[in-house]
Amino acid sequence: MHSESLNTQSTFPARQTGTRPEHPPGIPLAIHDLTVAYHRKPVLWDIELNIPEGKLVGVVGPNGAGKSTLLKACLDLVPLTSGWAHIYGKPYRKNRHRVAYVPQRESVDWDFPVNALDVVAMGSYRRLGWFRRVSKAETERAMDALDQVGIGHLALRQISQLSGGQQQRVFLARALMQDADLYLMDEPFAAVDAATEEAIVDLLRKLSERGKTCLVVHHDLATVTTYFDWLVLINMRVVADGPATETFTRENLQKTYGGKLSLLEKAAEALRSTPH
Amino acid sequence: MPDLREIVEVLLLQNYNTRLVVLSTTLLGIAAGLVGSFLLLRKRSLMGDALSHATLPGVAIAFAAMVALGGSGKSLPGLLLGATLSGIAGVATMLVIRHTTRLRDDVAMGFVLSVFFGVGVASLRMVQSMPGASAAGLESFIYGKTASMVHADFLLISIVAGLSSLTCLVFLKEFLLLCFDDGFAASQGWPTLFLDILLLTLVTAVTVIGLQSVGLILVIAFLITPPTAARFWTQRLVPMLLIAALIGGMSGWLGASLSALTPQLPAGAVIVIVAAALFLLSMLFAPVRGVIPRRVQQGRLRRKVDRQHLLRAAYEILEVQAGDGPVVNEPFPLADLLAKRSWSPLQLRRILRIARHEDHLEIAAPGLIRLSESGYGEASRATRNHRLWETYLIQYADIAPSHVDRDADMVEHILGAKLVRQLETYLSDHDLAHRVPPSPHPLEPSARP
Repeated sequence: MHSESLNTQSTFPARQTGTRPEHPPGIPLAIHDLTVAYHRKPVLWDIELNIPEGKLVGVVGPNGAGKSTLLKACLDLVPLTSGWAHIYGKPYRKNRHRVAYVPQRESVDWDFPVNALDVVAMGSYRRLGWFRRVSKAETERAMDALDQVGIGHLALRQISQLSGGQQQRVFLARALMQDADLYLMDEPFAAVDAATEEAIVDLLRKLSERGKTCLVVHHDLATVTTYFDWLVLINMRVVADGPATETFTRENLQKTYGGKLSLLEKAAEALRSTPH
Repeated sequence: MPDLREIVEVLLLQNYNTRLVVLSTTLLGIAAGLVGSFLLLRKRSLMGDALSHATLPGVAIAFAAMVALGGSGKSLPGLLLGATLSGIAGVATMLVIRHTTRLRDDVAMGFVLSVFFGVGVASLRMVQSMPGASAAGLESFIYGKTASMVHADFLLISIVAGLSSLTCLVFLKEFLLLCFDDGFAASQGWPTLFLDILLLTLVTAVTVIGLQSVGLILVIAFLITPPTAARFWTQRLVPMLLIAALIGGMSGWLGASLSALTPQLPAGAVIVIVAAALFLLSMLFAPVRGVIPRRVQQGRLRRKVDRQHLLRAAYEILEVQAGDGPVVNEPFPLADLLAKRSWSPLQLRRILRIARHEDHLEIAAPGLIRLSESGYGEASRATRNHRLWETYLIQYADIAPSHVDRDADMVEHILGAKLVRQLETYLSDHDLAHRVPPSPHPLEPSARP
């Protein structure tokens, strides 16, 4: 629907900075002139992105390309050196309720004294506000979210007794609890079993059918075009973005991954096996 | 030695002289258990240690200031105010080091801990030599001593302990989110910096009111030991908080009572010893995560696996003996069994002893083994389940992982009758050498597919 108005060519290399690009206010995620630096070393340079509504968006790039930082920058979790990221036309702090964040699985201590249901219920904390305890209705919603990711029977298990894939599903269920419109997921497919991978893809498709937008950091080039219909190739700057099949080209991948030959070979293989 | 009546009086708070000490130390223990739980879960224990050591210069300086202003210098609220300020200065130094340099956290904490403590010891010596002031007793802040406190002091300690405990319970949900996933909390708009400061304020409060009775060296143990012990008993936060409060409270109560009965024992040391004893008990015996119950469970599991391996090996030997005919329960040589798996003779002898004890097999003649009736039944069942399970894992590799953590013995209950029949057909079609022994009971049609 918005895709016509989006300029997918204006991505690389020439980029106009300093001017506010026009974007419709309903666009889930618009990023303009965004630069992030840690300890003087820039991690993201001049990011310019418009993510259309209802798309499954893969964010792909080599290690250290700033993929996680890009998500964190959208969530106000890292200080921005310049630029802004808008969620549905407003700064993040004004539209928090429309965004759900799935951090990397390794970012928390899984030996924590909580069970799966407790973690999922955390998705309701913002709705509940200060001091209010998790209500019965919210507990039921949490149970429902666990069922949706297929691990309702593990609700009362302590989280360290879940497999990696099950832990990842707990995080997804927590995001579902937030009932958001834009989902930012950091490597949900990292080190999960095949069943979980399938369950996550199913979930993403369902969300997309309901008009939700999902931005997913992804590392497996072989599955990029099967899982996603929009693609952002990133290596400190946006190398290319647009519809997945058009963007996932040898030339773009070479620009993204540079001289990392082994990866390029994998990509070539992936390209051959992708039906066009 | 105190007699029994005296002991009971002190423990039950009936002794006027010790009632306040025991009561306020118990409240302090409850607060320490609750605040310590969150400190531990936030992984900031070392920060608590640095904080308590950093309070010492404040004590000395507050004393000097109060003497200079014409007081005796011994007012507890004044000394604690000084301790609070220098504790905060210590934490601030730590944060500055962390944010402006690339030194690691533990370096910053170690630095603050030792430097502030050193400055504290030096300045304590200096104020003790100040003319016209008796600084004797200030050293009790290092090791803890309850004897010199007065009524108002106990009141102060009790009120601060009560308020700290209450704050922990009020902010339960917020602290839980902060400790488990601060990134997610921040993304949801929770003020993580404020919550961290609040938590650190509570730690400071408990540390400072614990200075007089427990002492600055040991107060960190009072904060950390009860929640660590509580963790062995439960897998959830609220029970952990309650158990930590209970253990902290008991340590304070028993510790203060013991030290009141035998005044030569310093209160802080006794409290920490009681807490450590409770920790040790929890670590060894707590049913959820204790060492001994875990060992027992592991031992039980290993014996079960050993038994299944043994019986399966025996059944497979019988299969070979039977050739193309039906499998019958006949004696077979021990040497075959030894060759079947990577058992050492010693291991096998132990496993066989257990199996004989369980009436699964008997020695038919020297070097010859025969399965008992029940042993043969078990062997056939174990072999069947194992083969079905193996086939299932191979055939349904993509959906199996969510079931792998179940027991192979549960195969029929997990997979359901229909799937088990499918697997049986598959096995008999494809792998005649590995026929599946028949099910010992009719398959329930109601089992979950």
